[in-house]
Amino acid sequence: MSFPWAKHYEPKQPVMRWLDEKLPLPRLVYNAVGAGYPVPRNLNYFWNFGVLAGAALAIQIITGVVLAMHYAANAGVAFDSVESIMRDVNAGWFLRYAHANGASMFFIVVYTHIFRGLYYGSYKAPREMVWLLGVVIFLLMMATAFMGYVLPWGQMSFWGAQVITGFFSAIPLVGDTIRVWLLGGFAPDNAALNRFFSLHYLLPFVIAGVIILHIWALHIPGSNNPTGVDVKGEQDTVPFHPYYTAKDAVGLGVFLLVFAGLLFFFPNYLGHPDNYIPANPLSTPAHIVPEWYFWPFYAILRAFTADFILPAKLWGVLAMFGSILLLFFLPWLDSSPVRSSNFRPRARIAFWVLVVDVLLLGWCGGSPATPFFIILSQVTAAYYFLHFLVILPWIARTERPAPLPHSITEAVLAKHGGTAPTKSALTPSASA
Amino acid sequence: MVRGIAFLVGAAFTLVLAIALWGSVSGLVSDPPAPTAEEEFHLHPKPAHLASDGILGRFDRRQLQRGFQVYKEVCAACHSLRLVAFRDLKDLGYNEAEVKAIANQWVIEQPSINPETGEATTRKNVPADHFPSPFANEVAARAANNNALPPDLSLMTKARHDGTNYVYSLIGPDAYRNQPAALLRQFPDAKTPTGLHYNPYFANLNIAMPPPLTQDGQVQYTDGTLATRDQMAKDVAAFLTWTAEPKLESRHAAGIGAVIFILIFCFLAWGAYQNVWRDVKH
Repeated sequence: MSFPWAKHYEPKQPVMRWLDEKLPLPRLVYNAVGAGYPVPRNLNYFWNFGVLAGAALAIQIITGVVLAMHYAANAGVAFDSVESIMRDVNAGWFLRYAHANGASMFFIVVYTHIFRGLYYGSYKAPREMVWLLGVVIFLLMMATAFMGYVLPWGQMSFWGAQVITGFFSAIPLVGDTIRVWLLGGFAPDNAALNRFFSLHYLLPFVIAGVIILHIWALHIPGSNNPTGVDVKGEQDTVPFHPYYTAKDAVGLGVFLLVFAGLLFFFPNYLGHPDNYIPANPLSTPAHIVPEWYFWPFYAILRAFTADFILPAKLWGVLAMFGSILLLFFLPWLDSSPVRSSNFRPRARIAFWVLVVDVLLLGWCGGSPATPFFIILSQVTAAYYFLHFLVILPWIARTERPAPLPHSITEAVLAKHGGTAPTKSALTPSASA
Repeated sequence: MVRGIAFLVGAAFTLVLAIALWGSVSGLVSDPPAPTAEEEFHLHPKPAHLASDGILGRFDRRQLQRGFQVYKEVCAACHSLRLVAFRDLKDLGYNEAEVKAIANQWVIEQPSINPETGEATTRKNVPADHFPSPFANEVAARAANNNALPPDLSLMTKARHDGTNYVYSLIGPDAYRNQPAALLRQFPDAKTPTGLHYNPYFANLNIAMPPPLTQDGQVQYTDGTLATRDQMAKDVAAFLTWTAEPKLESRHAAGIGAVIFILIFCFLAWGAYQNVWRDVKH
């Protein structure tokens, strides 16, 4: 689906025409990311992060498949198999560090992508489905990353698995039975490790499938833009290729630079030293913490220290899952018809408070559960829930937004001056 | 309706958090967390300033050989190095004959089977073997060390925060000392138990390992370097950095190449982007 002025795929070569008749893949690519997909002309660099997330997934799948050729998912040898990858497999150290740091890059990119969506109202009509599929992708990513971290079978792998699977025992009545069934035993052991490996290999391909739906759902209305104003005519858009393929290449370069800096020079900076100690069920680490991308949710979990009708542990688990599940309802919680926070003064303030709040939650999650951090996590967790469940709906009802530009082109011209959005008019015959 | 339920859920979480917050704050006020001996007297690692430090770090092969010599003569009696193979020692600058000799002459032999009787026995090491453990199993290791388990050292500098400097500090000349009188005054119950040794670089201040480097010249370096306690500690730290990260040098070299390549790519991509968008206001 596209805009009426979108360019049409017209193959000239005989082979390409044959292919177009039998299996029109080139047409699909042309319409999805080629010259046949018109995109608002005013997108900023925050719109690069979707493609970067796709690139990160590709990197994880490629490095992961090769790592799986050398890794052994048996509790007795898993740790040593990872070390033999690091020492004996040609470029094994590169594969391992690429995969571990690639996971961090994937989350950095996806968090930026999500916050872009929050700020610019990309979750609002008509793009609700894009948002819902995105939350599904995020949940799948979290499951995949958690299981992946267990695989090296280090101290943090084992004890992190112990803590997270312990959540299931918080479910009243059937909790512990479910936990033992999922683990295949009473504690994380060989059964759990093996099934985590199987699922860790499977889920990225499920993620890839949901990403296809995510992009398909997006291409029906087309992309949002920083003004939040709908596309009105041809002068508001440019074809995805070459305009955004070129811009995405720049973004990809910066992404690879950050990735290379981590991988080659600080490969263990984001990790925890305890995971270089083989798992020992008889020795609990001083501080059990998950990887950094789970810290805000870990802080929310640990913030609930008081029983109230339900035990504190159950509140913590409900809140931790609730903090992600509430994202599903965001399109209906925030009823403001104005999309972009650029034109919503109160929503904009609330957004930045949320950013600081999530960063503080992250700091709490990575720190020991001392009284200072517990108190801070209780305050910041309360704000998190209030933000989405109380403050945003209230702002949507009572806010007076700033006047919107009439069109994207009007906004662009207001920025640059003049009356012509392009030096030469963009006509369908103007490019190859 | 969604907003109504959302409001109730938000109110419920906030209420429970407020109750929890009340509990935390009143707990903090009525029973403030007492300072611990570890917090007050634990020391952060001293920087060792090794050749492998920094993003352009390389190994000093002579230092690695010295560190290996200290490991062999002092540490190997109790600490295994099971992830390292004898053949890996070629990285330290030894040639094939020297590596064969090191393996062959290694005091601890490799477990084996008598080919005639099938009985358990030992054989001399060959370069393909990994370093054998000094103890048959964990029980034997603990029995010989006052119930403490000497950890494997292959990954020690990655398994501890700031590991290289930690190892250097922990076994350095100023590490082991008498428990300070100030500590005993402030924490009368925290006297170092018998069998343990006070070492402020160790996480909980009392380590089971007796001081491994007790005097200058404990090891006779073959390259003539003065074997002070500080020098031996540095050399062991460097050696263990190698055992944990044998590919450090190729990683740094590949990194420089990768970053330069990507920078050129960024430059070209930026130029293409500017060119493509030149005539379009955005």
